[in-house]
Amino acid sequence: MGVSPDRPVHLRWSTIGLVIAGGAIGTLARYLITLALPDGGGVPVTILLVNVVGALVLGWLLAALARRGPDTGRRRAVRLFAGTGILGGFTTYSTFAVGADGLFATDRPLLGIGYALLTVVVGAAASVAGIALAGRARA
Amino acid sequence: MTGVLLALTVALAGGIGAACRMVLDGVVKDRTRMPYPLGTTVINVTGSFLLGVVTGLAAGLGPWAVVLGTGLLGGYTTFSTASYETVRLAQQGRWRAAAMNGFGMLVLALLAAWFGLWLGGLVGLGG
Repeated sequence: MGVSPDRPVHLRWSTIGLVIAGGAIGTLARYLITLALPDGGGVPVTILLVNVVGALVLGWLLAALARRGPDTGRRRAVRLFAGTGILGGFTTYSTFAVGADGLFATDRPLLGIGYALLTVVVGAAASVAGIALAGRARA
Repeated sequence: MTGVLLALTVALAGGIGAACRMVLDGVVKDRTRMPYPLGTTVINVTGSFLLGVVTGLAAGLGPWAVVLGTGLLGGYTTFSTASYETVRLAQQGRWRAAAMNGFGMLVLALLAAWFGLWLGGLVGLGG
């Protein structure tokens, strides 16, 4: 496409194609999981699970890639396809936020606050665990 | 729309959303050059607002509510990257930045989604 070699990575069509492909896979997986595991009792447990699993795997992936070397060439392609694409598309912040607001709207504000805080804290713990897993695997 | 066609449309929309996220994040990084992952906050707050609008309008959108909500905006926003960036800030000892990225983003996204739900519900009732 006559792209100049110094064009930023995020504006190259090759990169955009990788992220579209990965994002489609991750989004499809999330969609199918939410169909297979509908939430019981109105609390969006499935999205919580999806987000926590995604945070764990992304932590592992990014830490494992960083240990292997600088973010160039194939490592960068894997990060964009699997990290930005698949795991970025698999996890979602918007559904989480609207879901938490839904708990506030149904006169369960404490449940809403608890759900929102639990997601962020458990998500961070999952990221830490993923990063630690990558360290252990190579040690 | 059949189930398979809907699933494929949701997937494609998610891919496009993810690409929008990468481009916008890259543009924000280039423009601001600050050591704070502002792009993800911008993405997640705007995406939460838009999903609020879509959810508020949902009855009038039919299957497009799923394509736009679960697909496009689900792919656009991301939890895993936000969580990873919070932990990286904490690992660097930047606790205030980490708390801002974790809890600040949360509060902003909840307010944005709330505003979107209100706005979408208003338009949905009027139309």
